[in-house]
Amino acid sequence: MAKLPVDQELAWKEMVIPNDLRAAAGTERAIVEEVERHGYGADATFAIRLAIEEALTNAIKHGNSNDPSRRVFVRYAVDARRAVVCVRDEGKGFNVEEVPDPTAPDRISLPNGRGIMLMRAYMDEITYSERGNEVRLVKVKQ
Amino acid sequence: MTDEQAHLKIHHSQGVHLVELINRKILEESSISQIGDQLTQLVEANPQIKLLLNFAQVEHLSSAALGMLITLRSKVEGTNGQLKLSDIRPQIYEVFKITQLYKLFDIHDSAAEALRRF
Repeated sequence: MAKLPVDQELAWKEMVIPNDLRAAAGTERAIVEEVERHGYGADATFAIRLAIEEALTNAIKHGNSNDPSRRVFVRYAVDARRAVVCVRDEGKGFNVEEVPDPTAPDRISLPNGRGIMLMRAYMDEITYSERGNEVRLVKVKQ
Repeated sequence: MTDEQAHLKIHHSQGVHLVELINRKILEESSISQIGDQLTQLVEANPQIKLLLNFAQVEHLSSAALGMLITLRSKVEGTNGQLKLSDIRPQIYEVFKITQLYKLFDIHDSAAEALRRF
């Protein structure tokens, strides 16, 4: 966990969405469209879509505990070099280092727990805030 | 014989239930939940089912979809059935590899090959 970079040079877009997976789908579409507009390739777009999906689902279901009164805050910036997406929930946070390995023999058959692993695999950078309620995802354009 | 339901196309051939996943993106929880429910009903109605899921149309899926497949696999095994997956695109197969789930599922390059192995 770390203090998240401020990235002042980026042109951020921000949205606040209800704690609802359908609303999240609209946010995901907007970001993926932005990525595609900037000419990111199919592999990068696939990776970004998957990582955003996992980050938003985690924020809604785990961070915000599926509480419909809570909100999810999304900031994103896409340019010719990289796509940066930050997702913050209103929960108390968590310690990402304590998330168990979903590939362990006693966990491989469990239906949950793979979101963070997939974000780590597909993003070039993933950073959690000190509190753990915000994740910053970076994908470098190849 | 074919049955078309939301998200799925179901065929029956050589004693095998062939299910085509027709969503290009299996991402949204509502879709995943519906697919899971439909497949569960199919398994419960057909003990010892031979079930083949064809992923040819699937371009994206999430970890929630993987969870649905894991739960489905447990249900199939619980009725002494068999579950195979086929026609998984390289990008999607990579997700199975990263999560090590390619070891859990019986995955085949094509539906024809999978049918031969039941």
